[in-house]
Amino acid sequence: MGKRVLLIEDEPNIIEAIRFVLSRAGYVVDTHSDGSTALAAIRAKKPDMVILDVMLPNRSGYDILRDLRAEAATVALPVLMLTARGQKKDREMAERYGASRYMTKPFSNAEMIGTVTELLGQ
Amino acid sequence: MLTFNLLVFVCVLYVALLFLVAFAAEKRAEQGRLGWLRSPTVYTLSLSIYCTAWTFYGAVGYAARSGLEFVTIYLGPTLVMVGWWWVVRKLVRIGRTQRITSIADLISSRYGKSNLLGVIVTVMAVIGSTPYIALQLQSVTLSFAVFASDRPEGWAVPDLNSTAVWVAAGLALFTILFGTRNLDANERHHGVVTAIALEAVVKLVALLAVGIFVVWGVAAGPSDMLSRIEASPIADWQLNGGRWATLIFLSAAAFLCLPRMFQVLVVENSDERHVATASWAFPLYVFLMSLFVMPIAVAGLSELPAGTNPDLFVLTVPLLFDQEGLAMLSFLGGFSSATSMVIVAAIALSTMVSNHIVMPIWLSARRGGASMSGDVRNVVLRSRRVSIGAVLALGYFYYRFSGGGEALAAIGLISFTGVAQILPALLGGIFWRGASRVGAALGLVIGFAVWGYTMFLPSFGESYVMSAGLLSEGPWGFGWLRPRALFGIEGIDPLVHAVFWSMSLNVIAFVLGSLASFPGPLERLQSAQFVNVDDHSASARGWSGGAAEAEDLLVMAQRIIGAEEAQALFQTEARAQGKYGYLPDTTPDFIRTLERELSGSVGAATAHAMMGQIVGGASVSVQDLMAVADETAQMLEYSSQLEAKSAELTRTARQLREANEKLTELSVQKDAFLSQISHELRTPMTSIRAFSEILMERGEVRPEELTRYSSIIHDEAIRLTRLLDDLLDLSVLENGQVSLNWQKGGLHDVLDRAVAATGSMPAERPLTIHRDAAAETVTLTTDTDRLRQVFINLIANARKYCDAEKPELRIEVRRRGAVVQVDFIDNGTGIPKKSQNLIFEKFSRLTDQAAAGGAGLGLAISREIMVKLGGQVGYLPGQGGAAFRVTLPLTQPQTDAAE
Repeated sequence: MGKRVLLIEDEPNIIEAIRFVLSRAGYVVDTHSDGSTALAAIRAKKPDMVILDVMLPNRSGYDILRDLRAEAATVALPVLMLTARGQKKDREMAERYGASRYMTKPFSNAEMIGTVTELLGQ
Repeated sequence: MLTFNLLVFVCVLYVALLFLVAFAAEKRAEQGRLGWLRSPTVYTLSLSIYCTAWTFYGAVGYAARSGLEFVTIYLGPTLVMVGWWWVVRKLVRIGRTQRITSIADLISSRYGKSNLLGVIVTVMAVIGSTPYIALQLQSVTLSFAVFASDRPEGWAVPDLNSTAVWVAAGLALFTILFGTRNLDANERHHGVVTAIALEAVVKLVALLAVGIFVVWGVAAGPSDMLSRIEASPIADWQLNGGRWATLIFLSAAAFLCLPRMFQVLVVENSDERHVATASWAFPLYVFLMSLFVMPIAVAGLSELPAGTNPDLFVLTVPLLFDQEGLAMLSFLGGFSSATSMVIVAAIALSTMVSNHIVMPIWLSARRGGASMSGDVRNVVLRSRRVSIGAVLALGYFYYRFSGGGEALAAIGLISFTGVAQILPALLGGIFWRGASRVGAALGLVIGFAVWGYTMFLPSFGESYVMSAGLLSEGPWGFGWLRPRALFGIEGIDPLVHAVFWSMSLNVIAFVLGSLASFPGPLERLQSAQFVNVDDHSASARGWSGGAAEAEDLLVMAQRIIGAEEAQALFQTEARAQGKYGYLPDTTPDFIRTLERELSGSVGAATAHAMMGQIVGGASVSVQDLMAVADETAQMLEYSSQLEAKSAELTRTARQLREANEKLTELSVQKDAFLSQISHELRTPMTSIRAFSEILMERGEVRPEELTRYSSIIHDEAIRLTRLLDDLLDLSVLENGQVSLNWQKGGLHDVLDRAVAATGSMPAERPLTIHRDAAAETVTLTTDTDRLRQVFINLIANARKYCDAEKPELRIEVRRRGAVVQVDFIDNGTGIPKKSQNLIFEKFSRLTDQAAAGGAGLGLAISREIMVKLGGQVGYLPGQGGAAFRVTLPLTQPQTDAAE
């Protein structure tokens, strides 16, 4: 059984692309697309890692990340942040809130698989 | 031969003409073409309702009984207009700035928006005016009777009481039709004013015609007339100084205080410059009205058999000489005098009754949120209509029970003395800051009580209300309390006696009461506003620290002054504050403006109470109290120059601050905009890149996936293109480099094509669109393609975002003069207040899902387009669902709208 990745993203096409790429690489991909309930989804599904988009409906990815880091259970959970606003301050925010990795859209599929593999230590 | 039927027919014809004139004037006013409707001439003519049937018929009778004394009734108003026209101007100014609706409203408003005073004045006015209205009914009925008795063989004598009933009912109908058509924001009745101006001309022409006939037809010219006057008993009449002074004072006071005079003088006034014209034109009118009174009286006394009622000489003299046409004209003149007075009096009284008695009761009966629920407008209009009926019914019953036999002049003087009791509170209120509510109430009540005791109640005759014994011996045998000889002072004229005691005690109570009481804060604020209306432009503070929601206020205002007026007012205020849309910040300034507007419809006290329900909290804060305390000191060193300078400095500082804020905001906006664009471009790019990489690795993709992924790439490429198109479009529009294709087109067509264009959109729940083809037949010159783009955007938004079970969209079209309004109202949950202005910003999709399609630029583009077309598009709050209003001119604006 492959490691479980929870993808929190609201663009259906991007969800489909990432799911395809990661599934083919042997991961089990679960998805969630609303910001306000994302935290509950993470607690319930207990994934091995989270891919978290910044611009989510109802709640920002940064807020979710900050809450994750404040909880003992998820303080060390690998989190890959995705953002479409490729500005310097966005990267700084991600680092400040404790993202494990940070990627700017658009990214290459190889880059995505590489980063996930690295974070899951395989 | 004048038959009764012919007489009635002519009356009906004349009334129909008045209806027509009133209706045409209302129509003109509705279309905004006021023109001559608001000229000084019409204003002056409308003042002539001072000359009622009493003046028309009664003046001649008065002259026949008491010689030149009738002139005093004209001298009072003449003195006011010539010598004290600035008092009238001050009243007009106060009336406009405070949105005064009646004399009761003025008194109530001046003394701290006290409803108690409003009630007192209203009750006084109703009691004081009832005999007067009865007098008018009596004179019309009597004039019918003249024709009846003069031609006994022609027709049966009709029942006079039923004539009076019909006259009263007809007047009520006319007044209700034109007096309560709408709750005008400023209580002006163009139709009624125009009709009474016409009646003013008719009565003047009629009286002049009879006069000319008497001088040249009965006598042999002016010199013969003069010698006839010398020879008549009138010449023996002696001048009574006390009575003269009293009568002149009374008529002057009544001119200012009669509810109907206040209505035409102040409330219906549209321009204070008209007062200047009226200051000479009205005395001239009155002079012409009185010119032939004496000749007619003399002719009547000498030619008609003794014992003929002199009050009807104006009719009987022409009839004696078989001048039937002239008699008919004179009859119409008298009819005009009576009807115009009753109509205006009924309007004025019903406004007072409804604003000061009915509305407060209704409001307290529905305490807590009455201003938000129910249709206040309907309640107000209904209560006015009922009040009009009640006022006329009162007049009729007074006519029935007072016997209707007294001389016209006597009844008129009773009314005059009654309303004159308002004068101290009125003049004190606008000239003396120390005048207080307690003083005003005391003065009014005492003056009125004395009037009732010494004049009104005895007028019913010895056996009706007061027994003969009470009149001659005093109550319980107290001689000094005899109604006609108070404090044992006997031997003076009953009129002089009543006026002297009622006015003196009134003034004394008013002054002492004012000196002895300490006015409340609101009262002090209002007193400054009224007394210093000429030089004190900075208005007093009324509300502070209120926590009102602009939308709640709008909902309330729509219920009182009507949706259109309310929306226009809010929009203007919002624009003055530099805000887009319909919801201004609820600053104290704005709340005060709104309260004043509302008081134009329901009176100051009621408006204040209604605002209080919504705004809540204290109406006067500690700071305001401090300000009041400081005000007296400030006044001394008040320099209007300094004030202007400081206002200018404040303005400049604010402009600078605003410019600075705007620059900062622009820079922030630019960053946010770039960041947004980046996001909007990168998102489709991400899908495109991911799927094209998948497709590049041949062999690992199944054929159906291949088809699906290529189509995603295709769709995302189109989404990118559309985004770029929108961005370019917006940039062109914002830079003003857009070239518009102005052409004539039908609004219906444009809407048709817009609806068709959105019809193909996929939707989970189909949207039903309601339209009104008849309203849409509007031809306009605009850029139809651009306009369609706006409509498509609004309809598409309803399709996408309307969250009702069965989504419906109403498209309502209304023409407003040279502009047309198109409202798009859906039945969803609408847009929360905090987002209503946001939605017109770029990329401001409220739901952050691309699934909605489009980049969130639609409304921003629509807004720019509408600016270019010389119109606007805005969110219309308070409609239930989401609502947008597009306003655009019917023709191409003269100046290029590009900024």
